[in-house]
Amino acid sequence: MRGFTNLTATALKLYLREPLAAFFTMAFPVLLLVLFGSIYGNEPSPMFGGHGTMDVSMPNYTGLILGTVGLLSIPITTAGYREQGILRRFRATPMRPLTYMAADVITNLLMTVAGMLLLLVVGWALYHVQFEGHFISYLAAVVLGCLAMFSLGYLIASLAPGARLAQVGGMVIFYPMMFLSGAGMPIETLPESIRKISAFLPLTYAVNLLRGMWFGEAWSAHIKDVGVLLAMIVVVGGLASRLFRWD
Amino acid sequence: MSIVVQVEGLHKAYGTTRAVDGVSFTVEQGEVFGMVGPNGAGKTTTIECVEGLRRADAGRVQVLGLDPWGDRQALAERIGIQLQQANLPPRLRVGEALNLFGAFYRTTTPARDLVERLGLSDKWSSPVAKLSGGQRQRLFIALALVNQPEMVFLDELTTGLDPQARRSMWDLVREMRQQGRTIFLTTHFMEEAERLCDRVAILDHGRIVALDRPEALVRSLGIESRVVFTVPGEVRDLPLASIAGVQRVETSGERVIVHGSGDQFVSRVVSALETNRIAFRDLRTEQPTLEDVFLSLTGREMRE
Repeated sequence: MRGFTNLTATALKLYLREPLAAFFTMAFPVLLLVLFGSIYGNEPSPMFGGHGTMDVSMPNYTGLILGTVGLLSIPITTAGYREQGILRRFRATPMRPLTYMAADVITNLLMTVAGMLLLLVVGWALYHVQFEGHFISYLAAVVLGCLAMFSLGYLIASLAPGARLAQVGGMVIFYPMMFLSGAGMPIETLPESIRKISAFLPLTYAVNLLRGMWFGEAWSAHIKDVGVLLAMIVVVGGLASRLFRWD
Repeated sequence: MSIVVQVEGLHKAYGTTRAVDGVSFTVEQGEVFGMVGPNGAGKTTTIECVEGLRRADAGRVQVLGLDPWGDRQALAERIGIQLQQANLPPRLRVGEALNLFGAFYRTTTPARDLVERLGLSDKWSSPVAKLSGGQRQRLFIALALVNQPEMVFLDELTTGLDPQARRSMWDLVREMRQQGRTIFLTTHFMEEAERLCDRVAILDHGRIVALDRPEALVRSLGIESRVVFTVPGEVRDLPLASIAGVQRVETSGERVIVHGSGDQFVSRVVSALETNRIAFRDLRTEQPTLEDVFLSLTGREMRE
């Protein structure tokens, strides 16, 4: 347990010392929010069922953070640690593999939540965004979405021979999802034909669930989203942990 | 002396390459046991099978009474490992690294004591990326000692270090030995093995070709030593060829090289020079080294 807490605390410190990772998790979504907020403002719009662009952007950009952490940060860090022999050094201790993985998941989860809270604070302060759901439900949706995206990230890390390819793999999956899942821009702004593609992107389901929970919809209205995300955690996450390599 | 490592018939192949091909040896408590040989001889594979980081294809390995692969966690508590290729997150600081790794073990040495002992006190807050090669290696030694291990594994401890850093590593190994820890090291520097090890196994192509104390290895093969000196002026007929142990006398100008072997070879040559009142200068002896042992056993030079 001491190993787990120390590892998590250390990983958080290292995360914050890594300027690029911290930027994409914490600063980039806020920059987007301020940028688009200054263009569109937060006036109620019929396109979003009477909600403002910024209201809708809160869960969307939270989805963006999940994608960034899961598909950019996790594959690069994990494959990089393996390539550099950092995982090898950890393996030469009595620490169990599960402890390492749990600490890594928790670290990334905490960073995601921190990014989300920062987004929330800025959104509330600048645009008075309206949160209409239950915080616990919203948090549960964040955790579910995180675990699904992280699973994919760990799988990429396990499959990629090195850090460079892990990065490329993550980006190839991330960028289409950023634009087409509703995370980078509201799904309502996409043409119908593009939305057919969105249905194949896992992040779409995370964003959809987050939006539902943000606006206080019932979980029963999101069974499909929850199902897809859970299936990803079980199948992709299971595969990733089986294929996990220390060197 | 009790046996702490027992290896019998260890085999490990990667694809069709037999990295370790039937290796057997024991390591006794409190000794410095070295495995030497050229790169690719199977040293790292062997040591990693013993550490529990690799699974042997065949053979029996027992370390401190445990099966390294089956009881990995239990063994890891009691041993310290310095890996040939390992790293730490570049932005991790020295003090943080020691505290972090200390948290993985039940028994630990206070991190402050460790940095003190290893001369890293002023590097406590330095990121790993800013350390020199020697300092980095000291940190990895500190990590290997953080759990007060009974046994320490050092894989290519001094590769890539400058001579000064190498010497200070040797002092550290001697210090560990004095503290009663058993040490298992690999190196491709024969000189390092000769200076540090109580016993040495010479590995080549995945097999042990010789195993003994370094002096015994050198002596057992009857490899010749040399006495080299200069005689000012004309070199007269030297009455050396008949001395017991002398095999050959070479002269060129003022320079004389006497080849021979045996325990008293050198002193006999010197006393013969004294009794015949032959003035000599710059006398030195060239003892055979493990390098010569390897050459005579394999017919090849050790290469780096």
